[in-house]
Amino acid sequence: MEMTGAEITIRCLQEEGVEYLFGYPGGAVLHIYDALFQQDKVKHILVRHEQAAVHAADGYARSSDKVGVALVTSGPGLTNAVTGIATAYLDSIPMVVISGQVPTFAIGEDAFQEVDAVGITRPCVKHNFLVKDVKDIASTIKKAFYLAKSGRPGPVLVDIPKDVSGQKTEFVYPASVNIRSYHPQGRGDSAQIRHAAQLMLEAKRPMIYAGGGVVLSDSSAQLTDLVRLLGFPCTNTLMGLGGFPANDKQFVGMLGMHGTYEANMAMQHCDVLVAIGARFDDRVIGNVEHFAQVPRKIIHIDIDPSSIAKRVKVDVPIVGDLKLVLTELLEVLRASRQKPDAAEMAAWWKQVDEWRVTGGGLRYKNSSEIIKPQFVIETLHKLTGGDAFVTSDVGQHQMWAAQYYKFNHPRRWINSGGLGTMGFGLPAAMGVQLKHPGETVACVTGEGSIQMNIQELSTCKQYHLPIKVLSLNNGYLGMVRQWQEFFHGNRFSESYMDALPDFVKVAEAYGHIGMRIDKPADVEPAMKEAFSRKNDLVFMDFRTDSTENVFPMVPGGKGLSEVVLAEDL
Amino acid sequence: MRHIISLLMENEAGALSRVAGLFSARGYNIESLTVAPTEDATLSRMTIVTSGSDAVIEQINKQLNKLVDVVSVMDLSEGEHIERELMLLKLRAEGEAREELKRLTDIFRGRILDVSDHTYTIELTGSRVKLDSFIDAIGRDLILETVRTGASGIGRGNRILKL
Ligand SMILES: Cc1cc2nc3c(=O)[nH]c(=O)nc-3n(C[C@H](O)[C@H](O)[C@H](O)COP(=O)(O)OP(=O)(O)OC[C@H]3O[C@@H](n4cnc5c(N)ncnc54)[C@H](O)[C@@H]3O)c2cc1C
Ligand SMILES: Cc1ncc(C[n+]2csc(CCOP(=O)(O)OP(=O)(O)O)c2C)c(N)n1
Ligand SMILES: [Mg+2]
Repeated sequence: MEMTGAEITIRCLQEEGVEYLFGYPGGAVLHIYDALFQQDKVKHILVRHEQAAVHAADGYARSSDKVGVALVTSGPGLTNAVTGIATAYLDSIPMVVISGQVPTFAIGEDAFQEVDAVGITRPCVKHNFLVKDVKDIASTIKKAFYLAKSGRPGPVLVDIPKDVSGQKTEFVYPASVNIRSYHPQGRGDSAQIRHAAQLMLEAKRPMIYAGGGVVLSDSSAQLTDLVRLLGFPCTNTLMGLGGFPANDKQFVGMLGMHGTYEANMAMQHCDVLVAIGARFDDRVIGNVEHFAQVPRKIIHIDIDPSSIAKRVKVDVPIVGDLKLVLTELLEVLRASRQKPDAAEMAAWWKQVDEWRVTGGGLRYKNSSEIIKPQFVIETLHKLTGGDAFVTSDVGQHQMWAAQYYKFNHPRRWINSGGLGTMGFGLPAAMGVQLKHPGETVACVTGEGSIQMNIQELSTCKQYHLPIKVLSLNNGYLGMVRQWQEFFHGNRFSESYMDALPDFVKVAEAYGHIGMRIDKPADVEPAMKEAFSRKNDLVFMDFRTDSTENVFPMVPGGKGLSEVVLAEDL
Repeated sequence: MRHIISLLMENEAGALSRVAGLFSARGYNIESLTVAPTEDATLSRMTIVTSGSDAVIEQINKQLNKLVDVVSVMDLSEGEHIERELMLLKLRAEGEAREELKRLTDIFRGRILDVSDHTYTIELTGSRVKLDSFIDAIGRDLILETVRTGASGIGRGNRILKL
């Protein structure tokens, strides 16, 4: 049967099992919206800004193992989506974004709402397509889903001109895809895996450094088995949190700029470092020169060869899918008669535990007068049993959420690490809540970040999304203020948020419940009340200490051992 | 170090800009870049001359391989290879200089493609070094126009870059 390009587009989404399509209509996608209207398999979620559509699709993908899908119109619809696409790109999130384009005959004429979508998004997508022939829509969408999900995941854009979505052709959905220039690695090299196993067994001061790749490849079980089998200390990056259970005694906390003292010291002093789906980000290892000063053997497992040896030299590179590589590594280790040297391991753990004491762990001075942001997160953890989905925005509140909400499961901690996009938290929470209707979804945000996509409270109303928003309102762009305090002589240039709205009224205006909490004693009761309202979105405006800083902190450009601990100041 | 990287990619709109964009976005050097379709019209062959530390060249190779449109990549400078560049030169050729220019062109095995009262248009192929030395030999004063294609490269013997 002949179908229009628009109908084909929607049929493809059905074939891919897409539940939700996050989008916003406009001229160039009218055919597609018309096709959407005439079916009920793919549910469309109408956001209030295209950036939010992409973040919602992103949150949906991060909290599941599915591809997030968004639909935007040409021109401003596409440009609004770019921040969301770049956010997904930097954190390797599988996503397909469909954008409308002006008709093929108008392309290049500066037509109404024309932008070069493929050109603008090229640096922040895994791949993109401009579909010029209706016959190519089905195969292109098939490829887009395949590319988004396979190998190192990432966003893929499919740009469809309006005339193409209006034309008709026979619908055939390809059963499989073959892209001759694209062959993501599956299994790792067995010889390298055995070499890695040997190094690990002979290590005296081993360290496991696991990142977002563990979450993306759903390999937490394998990672956990590996760490427990060997008895090594394990740290997670910001993106890897939940990949290894935080309540395990072998967990030394997050590493990096705001990581624990013990994690960073163990990173610096280990003799064998096993990097698993982590990419030696500058916020993680600080200054590369300092990092390289301490000799050690590095084993690096990643599906993307370009992640390996990008910033640090690697001794044993293993390119492959983590799940397969870790499974094989476990087999080799289990089959080996050798075990890690018990005496060496005991000595190493003694050292790590000493660092735990010297570093003083994560701590802050609670107060009965003023709400400490860390206390809010601890209370959130307590009341949700550590089992909530927690999305966050970007800033100090994000770091406190990462530090104090102890994630025991993967895909529960949803934040923008690579791009650090303020405005991510609330729309991402919408995607998470849609994917997990009965679950508790908390959005930890700041009074700065929330205002970057606050209009989504309206979307939450329309679709009855009972998200719990915890705004740690310190009256400052706190993370900026912190840097200005430390590195710019307390000159708080434009980091004070003046003229803040009454957030309770804002929440109410959108039809939700708003709460303002000023006293530490009210934190727990308020939160209990909020969480008991299973069907309501509750916006909690916590007035927190505006001078609180995030510790520990490794200043930018410094080595991991040059950490500033809470008590130093 | 100077490297000459050869790649096969899908002959599709936008493929070239992905490669060019990669180099500018990541701050890699491009000395020259040539591209044209191969005997298989669905494939283009590109030669990129670049330079950088070993670590940078390794990343360039990996990043190029990562582009979905790129089918295969070979760093020609890692082994025996041949490198050729085509140059078209328009020279001021007047009076006694005409004879001398013709002689130099012969020595360098170039060809005079076009002659006018005042000019010669010369074609020369060879390595970058050869073309550079021809320019030096002529002297810049006589050069009216220079058109160089940038290097194209191919492996020697059994070094073959194929699908
Ligand atoms: C305000 C702020 C502060 C920050 N502070 C810190 C900090 O203190 N500590 C910290 O850790 N981060 C911090 N970050 C985050 C930081 O910027 C990076 O985003 C993060 O460290 C990167 O995490 P990752 O190395 O796990 O890599 P990710 O970006 O999660 O990359 C995942 C890696 O896994 C690989 N991979 C994907 N799928 C597979 C598969 N199937 N098989 C094998 N490999 C796979 C990918 O190729 C990639 O190399 C901060 C961010 C912000 C905004
Ligand atoms: C879109 C965007 N603009 C600017 C920044 C830079 N930035 C990082 S953190 C931050 C402050 C965030 O303030 P708030 O949301 O109140 O969080 P707080 O740090 O106070 O907890 C800013 C401006 C950013 N990350 N994203
Ligand atoms: Mg703030």
